[in-house]
Amino acid sequence: MAEEFVVTRTVDLKGQVCPYTFVRSKLAIEKMGLGEVLEIVLDHKPAVENVPRSMENEGQKVLKIDQTSEKEWHVFIRKDKEKVRK
Amino acid sequence: MEFTEDQILRYSRHILLPEVGGEGQEKLLSARVVLVGAGGLGSPVGYYLAAAGVGTIGVIDNDRVEMSNLQRQIAHNTKRLGVLKADSAKETYETLNHDVTVITHKERLTSQNIKDIIKDYDIVVDGSDNFPTRYLVNDACVMLKKTLISAAVFRFEGQVMSIYPGDGPCYRCLFEVPPPAGMVPSCQEAGILGVVTGVIGTIQATEVVKAILGIGEPLKGRLLLWNALDMDFRTVKVPRNRECPVCGEKPTIKELIDYELFCSMSH
Repeated sequence: MAEEFVVTRTVDLKGQVCPYTFVRSKLAIEKMGLGEVLEIVLDHKPAVENVPRSMENEGQKVLKIDQTSEKEWHVFIRKDKEKVRK
Repeated sequence: MEFTEDQILRYSRHILLPEVGGEGQEKLLSARVVLVGAGGLGSPVGYYLAAAGVGTIGVIDNDRVEMSNLQRQIAHNTKRLGVLKADSAKETYETLNHDVTVITHKERLTSQNIKDIIKDYDIVVDGSDNFPTRYLVNDACVMLKKTLISAAVFRFEGQVMSIYPGDGPCYRCLFEVPPPAGMVPSCQEAGILGVVTGVIGTIQATEVVKAILGIGEPLKGRLLLWNALDMDFRTVKVPRNRECPVCGEKPTIKELIDYELFCSMSH
C-alpha cells in the first residue's frame, strides 16, 4: 500500500475523545474539495478505530493509519464524497 | 462560518448525522422561522427549534400568560403569569440557546399586518387556535409562497400538514372555507389533553427542521392524523384542488379575508 498522496490539511486532535474526534474531523473534511487528503492526529485509542469507520460510513476513503509513537496515530482520509442527501 | 468551541459541543449530535453535518447546522443557524402563536403548539415548536439552533425565531402573540395555559404551554411558567407570551417565549428560548435571536410580534394577525410580518421569514408555523387566523395564515402563505407547517389539536387528537405553495395542496384544498360560527365547540369548551399539543408541536418542529435541511419526505399532500387514546398515526393523501379558491388555477380569493372571530375570544 505504498500509495503516494499529498496532505491538504492536518487537524491535531490530541486530547480529544469520541465523538468529538469524528465531529471535528468531519467539520474539517466538509470544507475540503473532492480528492483532497485530511491528516488527523489522534492520541485517543478508540478514536483510531472509530474515526476511520465513521469516515467510511460517510463515503470517504481511509488511505493509511500510521502509529508514530505509543500514544499517537496519524489517520489519512481522502475526500471521495460530498454531503449525503436524501 | 467557523463554529465556536461551544457550538461544536452543542450541535455535535447534529453534526454526527450524515444528513446534517456542519453544513446542515449552518443552514439551521441561518434559518428564519416564524411561529403564529406561542401557545400549546408554538411552545414546543419554538423550544425544539431553539435547541436545534434555528438562528432567528419570530413569535407572533399578543396574549398574556394565564394559569390555565400552563397545563400545556411549556414555554411559559408560573412566575410569568400576566407577562406577554411573546416576551415569555423569547426569554425561554434565548436562555436555552444564546445562538438564537427571538423577534417578538406582539399583535394579533390581520389581513392588514400579516404580509409585512411574515415576509422576512423562510417558514411559517401555524399554532393558532382559531379558524379566522388559520385561513388568514394559509392565504397569506400561498400569496407570498412561504412554506407553512400547519397543525391543529382537539381534545385527544391532532393533525399536521406541510404546505408548499405551488407544489402541493394548501389548507383550502382540504377545507375550502371555515366552518360556520357555532358549528364547532370553542376551544375553552372542548378541552385539550396537554401532551397532545407537545406531540403535534414536536411533529411540526420536525417538519420545519427537515424543510430547512432539505432532507426526507415532507407532509406535502399528506395530512397526518393522530389520536392519543388509540395511539394511532395515520396519513391520508390530500390532492391539490384545481378549483381551490386561493391556490387553484383561477383563484377567486385575491385579497386577504378577516373572518369573524368565533372561537378563542378569551380577551
